Amino acid sequence: MKQWEVVIGIETHAQLQTRSKIFSGSSTAFGAEPNVQANAVDLALPGVLPVLNRGAVECAIRFGLAVEGEVAPKSVFARKNYFYPDLPKGYQISQYELPVVVGGKLTITLGEGDAAVEKTINLTRAHLEEDAGKSLHEDFHGKSGIDLNRAGTPLLEIVTEPDMRSSAEAVAYARALHALVRWIGICDGNMQEGSFRCDANVSVRPVGQQEFGTRREIKNLNSFRFMQQAIDYEVSWQINEIEEGRAIQQATVLFDPDTGETRSMRTKEDAHDYRYFPDPDLLPLMIDRDWVARTRADMPELPTAKKQRFVADFGLSAYDATTLTASLDIAGYYEAAVAVAGKGAAKPCANWVMVDLAARLNKDGLDIASSPVSAAQLGGLVARIADNTISNNIAKKVFEALWAGEGQSADEIIEKQGLKQITDTGAIEKLIDEVLAANAAMVAEFKAGKEKAFNALVGQAMKATKGKANPQQVNELLRKKLAGA
Amino acid sequence: MSLSLEQVHRVAQLARLEISDAEAETTRTQLNAIFTLIEAMQAVDTKGIEPMAHAQDLSQRLRPDEVTETDRRGAFQAVSPEVEAGLFLVPKVIE
Repeated sequence: MKQWEVVIGIETHAQLQTRSKIFSGSSTAFGAEPNVQANAVDLALPGVLPVLNRGAVECAIRFGLAVEGEVAPKSVFARKNYFYPDLPKGYQISQYELPVVVGGKLTITLGEGDAAVEKTINLTRAHLEEDAGKSLHEDFHGKSGIDLNRAGTPLLEIVTEPDMRSSAEAVAYARALHALVRWIGICDGNMQEGSFRCDANVSVRPVGQQEFGTRREIKNLNSFRFMQQAIDYEVSWQINEIEEGRAIQQATVLFDPDTGETRSMRTKEDAHDYRYFPDPDLLPLMIDRDWVARTRADMPELPTAKKQRFVADFGLSAYDATTLTASLDIAGYYEAAVAVAGKGAAKPCANWVMVDLAARLNKDGLDIASSPVSAAQLGGLVARIADNTISNNIAKKVFEALWAGEGQSADEIIEKQGLKQITDTGAIEKLIDEVLAANAAMVAEFKAGKEKAFNALVGQAMKATKGKANPQQVNELLRKKLAGA
Repeated sequence: MSLSLEQVHRVAQLARLEISDAEAETTRTQLNAIFTLIEAMQAVDTKGIEPMAHAQDLSQRLRPDEVTETDRRGAFQAVSPEVEAGLFLVPKVIE
């Protein structure tokens, strides 16, 4: 059996988060009534001219800086010619020979915990272009309905080198890119609404072979799960074809989520001939160094840098640091909580954010940005655990109280509900004496050598303190008492 | 360089133009005359000259990212042959 190597390159269309379209002043808001956000430019009425949106260019610069690519001082818009009813001009304005971002790279993490390894995926380019409208093929008396609200929405098309070697790597790349474009605020990443769409170029070759095999392009993968399924299916299909003695034909294919299969949409023979040429309606886009420098100064700390800082400054594990830098919202929340709880409590803060808070948010279907418990409140709570004012168990009660809005801060709730941990040895001893007196049978069992009885006594003692005593302390005092009794 | 009839038909197809064989022949003659002109231009020595993307040596003006357009669907659709539920209707196209 021959060993096969999989080769994957990915093209992603990220819708840019601008208010207006790339070449017109129409709104880009999602979900409007059909065609109410399509003006004369978007409809390609005669005599109109495109004027480039500064905000879209700014997004491209941010992306170029984030992936350490070159932001081209001069780039050119070109016409990509094809006919389709949702493309009123008969061409899409895109970039061809001189894109706005050249090169760049993205680091992906494969596997988890100690087994995690990093890999760098190189980018070829990223260019600005306009989106097309939408065709609706449902029942319009045998006709198609055209909605041009999306026509002219700014896109950044991000193209990788053929650097990925498995569907897992492809998905890890797509996830990392998805997180990055949201992090730097250029794309909302909403895959259901089509804000982030991936195409995967897939080929296989015998291990050790230098040349690439013939590739097939899987179009419009709009979920990470579908991406994995589509590539896995495509890879086994291609290997099977070759092993059966059939050559792979270059083709564009679609993934059908219902059957889990890919099927050919068009082959090389009927591939589009786009006849690109520079758009005479648009002058070259010049980006001076000052603009790049100003944008750089305005960028948030990037996830990779933040992750390294969490490990170095807060002593977090790489896994925790990765989880807490999954999005700017999570990282921001965590840092704000640590700022209140203190750097010494960075690790417990991480646990609270990743475990307790995450579970509670999940239960109510909320994201961290709309958490009823603020970062400052959670930080204040963790601080009270750290200084032994309350136990971890009581803290969970306080957390629930904060969640329910029963107080402004952990301190207020601890005070109001009398939850302060009892650390006064005398008080605890007194309670233990009462417990021992009331449970003579258990004491006798313990003395007869039943260790289980001891645990039951600890339980009784904790109950008597309403959970406010330090279990460790109760344990020690109880042992001492029983030994002496 | 001269075009073949087959190439003329291919270009016409790409431009969605329906042309008869006679028209294709006329078009071929006309296009070939244009190629003669292009050949004359290509004879000029342009070594060391950076190609321009536009005839004017200027840079693209940018507009601020602001919504300046309002809904004029009614006016636009008043002149369109067929509309329904706010959509423009066109002959069915499924790729």
